[in-house]
Amino acid sequence: MKSKTIKVDYLARVEGEGSLVVNIKGNKIKDLKFKIFEPPRFFEAFLVGRHFTEVPDITARICGICPIAYQMSSVHAMESIAGIKIEGPIRDLRRLIYCGEWIESHVLHIYFLHAPDFLGYEDAIQIAKDHPNIVKKALEMKKIGNEIVNLLGGREIHPINVRVGGFYSIPPKSEFLLLIERLKWARDAAVETVRWAASLPFPDFDVDYEFVALSHPDEYPFNEGRLISNKGLNIDISDYENNFFEEHVAYANALHSVNRKGEPYFVGPLARFNLNFDKLSPLAKELAHEVGFIPPVTNPFKSIIARAIETVYACDEAIRLIENIDWSTKPYVEFEMKEGVGYGCTEAPRGILYHRYRVGKNGLVESAKIVPPTSQNQKQIEKDLYEFVTKYINLSKDELQWKLEQVIRNYDPCISCATHFLKLEIIRED
Amino acid sequence: MAKAKKPKLAVWKFASCDGCQLSLLDCEDQLLQVTEIVEIANFPEASREIQPGPYDISLVEGSITTPHDAERIHKIRRQSKILITIGACATSGGIQALRNFKDVREFINLVYANPKFISTLQNSTPISHHVYVDYELRGCPINKYQLLEVLNAFINNRKPNIPNNSVCIECKRKGITCVMVAEGKVCIGPVTHAGCNALCPSYNRGCFGCYGPKEAANTSSLAKQFMEMGLDNYGIVRVFRGFNAFSDAFRKESEAYEK
Repeated sequence: MKSKTIKVDYLARVEGEGSLVVNIKGNKIKDLKFKIFEPPRFFEAFLVGRHFTEVPDITARICGICPIAYQMSSVHAMESIAGIKIEGPIRDLRRLIYCGEWIESHVLHIYFLHAPDFLGYEDAIQIAKDHPNIVKKALEMKKIGNEIVNLLGGREIHPINVRVGGFYSIPPKSEFLLLIERLKWARDAAVETVRWAASLPFPDFDVDYEFVALSHPDEYPFNEGRLISNKGLNIDISDYENNFFEEHVAYANALHSVNRKGEPYFVGPLARFNLNFDKLSPLAKELAHEVGFIPPVTNPFKSIIARAIETVYACDEAIRLIENIDWSTKPYVEFEMKEGVGYGCTEAPRGILYHRYRVGKNGLVESAKIVPPTSQNQKQIEKDLYEFVTKYINLSKDELQWKLEQVIRNYDPCISCATHFLKLEIIRED
Repeated sequence: MAKAKKPKLAVWKFASCDGCQLSLLDCEDQLLQVTEIVEIANFPEASREIQPGPYDISLVEGSITTPHDAERIHKIRRQSKILITIGACATSGGIQALRNFKDVREFINLVYANPKFISTLQNSTPISHHVYVDYELRGCPINKYQLLEVLNAFINNRKPNIPNNSVCIECKRKGITCVMVAEGKVCIGPVTHAGCNALCPSYNRGCFGCYGPKEAANTSSLAKQFMEMGLDNYGIVRVFRGFNAFSDAFRKESEAYEK
């Protein structure tokens, strides 16, 4: 019987270290493993004993690509323990800094990590040789996202200005106003990106997913909302651990996140888009209609279009916020810390990021739990891989391998984030 | 005349957050120029194409935390003419070196359901504990302009122009009112290596040591000052146990207050 083995020792264009092994015998999959061999770093363990004020600086170090997400989930969790709710301009500024991270992270993924797959290049540098303007435009868009984080956060990677209660200081309004013209340019570039992404060839591959995202009555979600799904879920974030569990997978002794029925679920831009379409800005909605990208979208390869539409939204929202924020605000709210348990769940570029902390009388952390989006998507990624191989088993080995890598990259997995929490057997394929 | 061959650059990852290698992609204005000067031969975060070694310059991110990685770094060293560590993890063991002060088995039990499947070393160690390092670039994360300067220097066979004074000096030069003297904020800028251009004091908070200790850092005098300001022993331990906890100067100072 004819057999083939696809082995990718080191997945490229993902953040972190992962591998993929598929064994096919005849027309059957004998074995399929999407592995993560990134070494564990034990964040949840060494957060114990740290003062609650140090937590946003420490958790930022989980991920160099989405540090704002880690800072936001942790400050909201701490504020829920203190019993304070941040409203008004500080809340707006938190949305603004998140817009910057979404723009930077989405553009990085669309053009540098994902587009080469669709265009048949090994990387964006190769694209630049043939189409320098595409890559230059992408770099400029990414830079504008980074400039928001840079200005409000102090630097683009591991920003220093976020604290429980607000910000350490707020730079002058005049510096933010300078960003508006550039954001308008970025928005136009993002509009072109949506049209371009929608014109890409997508494999025929639709899946009946459970999409899970935050949902807020008045806005497209960043920091707040209830957790909802297209299969009837509607819970407060503090109920997360009663609805999502980690399950044992026999072959790899792995624990993956599953829903209450023991099934995988899908978080990230496509989930947010499907569940919050009506909250997008008028321009983003109009554009979605123009390119025929209307919920429910169930082809994961099309997540690149959802990322592009969210980039348009993030530019729109950043402009709206800068024009309307009351800049006379104090940078942070004074509060007294209490002891207790608190929850934070925010929309990282890759999907919901859940934090839970218990803080003791002295303000020191007694326990921490962090569930990043990639560990939540991991079981769904494996299921997609399995179904894709089943459907396209006759593709040539090279073509199938590249497509399977793309199945993984559809989720923009951040393995650096996920590893510290994924309960995985650590095997390295050499 | 034949065009000179471009030097080959490789980027390697160990235990880390990916942020320092991302700094290269964050050089939005310079990235395409960089690729005109160097051949990016091995950079899995950005490309599927992996060219075989040897490499002229290897940038190494992350710390050594597993038996496998302790071997892998030797293979990388053998393939690299110049090996440069980028960031606090590779240079001092990083935030994950907080395990070095505890029994790592306790940590494993706390985080993982199946401890026996976790393959890890007791300590998270810098690259220089394992192989010869040609240059160490500090920071959590590194400063991307310093990264460009270091690459430029090694390509042109000159010494990198990276100031080795303290954050405190940068702060004075920037004309910022001292957050410790004027506002009583805890700040380890006086003992921290320069590189961020006094970022935290510029945002009205004390430095927390992203760039690790400067040369001949007088940490004990600073710790005494913190004590006078009302910090207890455990507070001082935590100040020095951040992203560079396992660097000699910070490790010794934190241990002195743990007894």
